[in-house]
Amino acid sequence: MSEPNLPFSILNEDGSCPERYRALLNDADLLAIHDMILFSRHFDRRMMMLQRQGRLGFYMTSTGEESTMIGATFCLKPDDPIFLSYREIGCLLWRKVDLRLIMNQLIGNSRDLCKGRQMPIHFCFREWGFPSVSSPVGTQLPHACGYAYAARELATGQVCLAFLGEGTASEGDFHTALNFAGVFRVPCIYLIRNNGYAISTPEAAQTAAKSLAARAAGYGMPGLQVDGNDLLALVNAMRWAVARARDGEGPTLIEAMTYRMGAHSTADDPSAYRSEEETARWAKVDNLARLEHHVRWRGLYDEARKQEALARHEETVRALIADSECWPPPPLDSLFEDVFEHANAHLLEQREEYLRFLAWKARRRAGEMAEAARG
Amino acid sequence: MKRNIQFREALSSALADEMTADPSVFVFGLDVPDHKRIFGSTAGLLEKFGPERVFDTPLSEDAMTGAALGAALAGLRPVHVHIRVDFALLGMNQIINMISNLRYMTGGQIGKLPIVIRAVIGRGWGQSAQHSKSLQGMFAHFPGLKVVMPSSPQDAYSLLRASIRDDNPVIFLEHRWLYDVVGEVDDAHAVPLGLANVRRHGKDITLVCTSWMNVEAHKAADLLARRGVEAEIVDVRSIAPLDAATILKSVRRTGRCIVADYDWSFCGFAAELAAQIHHGCFKELKAPVERVGFAHTPCPTTRPLENLFYPSAKTLVRAAERLLGLDEMDLSQEKFYTYEVNFKGPF
Repeated sequence: MSEPNLPFSILNEDGSCPERYRALLNDADLLAIHDMILFSRHFDRRMMMLQRQGRLGFYMTSTGEESTMIGATFCLKPDDPIFLSYREIGCLLWRKVDLRLIMNQLIGNSRDLCKGRQMPIHFCFREWGFPSVSSPVGTQLPHACGYAYAARELATGQVCLAFLGEGTASEGDFHTALNFAGVFRVPCIYLIRNNGYAISTPEAAQTAAKSLAARAAGYGMPGLQVDGNDLLALVNAMRWAVARARDGEGPTLIEAMTYRMGAHSTADDPSAYRSEEETARWAKVDNLARLEHHVRWRGLYDEARKQEALARHEETVRALIADSECWPPPPLDSLFEDVFEHANAHLLEQREEYLRFLAWKARRRAGEMAEAARG
Repeated sequence: MKRNIQFREALSSALADEMTADPSVFVFGLDVPDHKRIFGSTAGLLEKFGPERVFDTPLSEDAMTGAALGAALAGLRPVHVHIRVDFALLGMNQIINMISNLRYMTGGQIGKLPIVIRAVIGRGWGQSAQHSKSLQGMFAHFPGLKVVMPSSPQDAYSLLRASIRDDNPVIFLEHRWLYDVVGEVDDAHAVPLGLANVRRHGKDITLVCTSWMNVEAHKAADLLARRGVEAEIVDVRSIAPLDAATILKSVRRTGRCIVADYDWSFCGFAAELAAQIHHGCFKELKAPVERVGFAHTPCPTTRPLENLFYPSAKTLVRAAERLLGLDEMDLSQEKFYTYEVNFKGPF
């Protein structure tokens, strides 16, 4: 196992990059990714507003970390499964998951594929290669390993990608999943978004080590630490890991150093535990700002294009919200569906009991109305 | 084909037959391919199907369970084996937060979760509190899990095959004393999940039993028969889904019932069943339903304490006598089954 000598960062402060790395992304892909990040960020902003207005129960932004998720997804094939942590909406966006379905999941309406049974952001889009999100963090890591094992057995050629935050690297599942992946040499990539915070717990309280990527050695796999705010560096590392996995050489651990610009979730207030000065310092090296410098440096972008894109994204989001809010909640008796493949007697009994109650309520209401009409 | 075989061989035959029929089935877990082969219940599989389909893994029940889920998502049918159910507790986050919920949470998008978790339960020889649990009530408490407890070689064979073919997650609990039980197994005889089984007919009292308690109940029924009491034995077989209809039908006829669950009764499956019987047979009941189970303490090690902890045929006879208003019969000369005679050590 040889550790590759990949650069931590590629993009320079002024948006330029060494000529040899320019071909990592052609102009069209670069623009498409940049536009997607811009959309993701706008979507985050609008969802936060919606939550504050009481129209959405819960939301989690990915602001500040978009390059990591979109860049990583860009490096995979469309049928490679991605085991999300929970802050990776960019993966869905890049795979062109129907935006209405995303919005319906957030609202939990009758068009939600999860039928109103999962928290917002805890997506499952099977058709697009997103099996599920689990609230207890780290749970997804062994799934990726098991899936990758099966993919190899079934010779599907798939590579699995699993996301986690640096806080999750303290969970037992991190150790056991990576140990399994190493022993079985499965085609799987574990990608840590080291965004500095696990809700309010700073990275320094998670580990005394300088690098989480260094742990890879303990599992017999290469570990790469890259600048997560540098799309090119991230793509460079991911491509190396994907090629390795695809060639049957086993798993890779990547640690992308980035920063959670927003709160953990709509239930969090980061001003209570981190300074404005710290956030401002990171804002200067934010991944979108750096990418914008780069597309401008390539001569592909200007203010007019930016304004056009923002207006376009706002229009898209506005239409989405309007569409998703017009659907009713899922039907109440759907409560009893999908517990098993086929409902058993116990479930059918509960459903019947509920339907009897509804019928009784309807009769009582009719009686009351008749009473009122008489009286 | 009909054969007289042990319970352990019924299990290994069921695995071999399903693995032959369906190449997506694989068996894994600590000790699955070792020299003892999980009490012989995975014997022959490694030789026949190779290490790609029969293997052990690094030691982490949690990761094994999660990996089973991942493999099932990709289209395989994993059978994960635990040498003790107590160790499955290390994988409970995966079982309870993911596996049992996943179909429901995803709105049925993940429609198939063909995962079988086999786990050994029951007494050994002084196995104390961390090698002795049963936990069927706890597993059945969670919506989305099927829980199966065979008590005969035929049921072990047929129910394991049905469990592997089932597209829902199944917890399959095997009492280790049952491995030695010999019985006729017809490989053409299918037993679907979710059906109770009347193992012995009688008109005076119903003994509703899980797992090893069926064996104790047969002994108890023989003893009760000596004084003219005909006990009916209903083997629950499937804790979830529960075949309440068969159980209620029996109790309506006999009017008396003991729920003998191989587990703690407090807040357990026996409590659930007793409630359902009271609700469904209130008019026919001649006495309140009696529960027989473990003492509500952790399991001790020393033999006399252990014997007191576990229910036996004797416990059942005494409970039946109370329900029937009979005096206690003399059991002082009676020989009760003890596994100790088979113990050759070490543990």
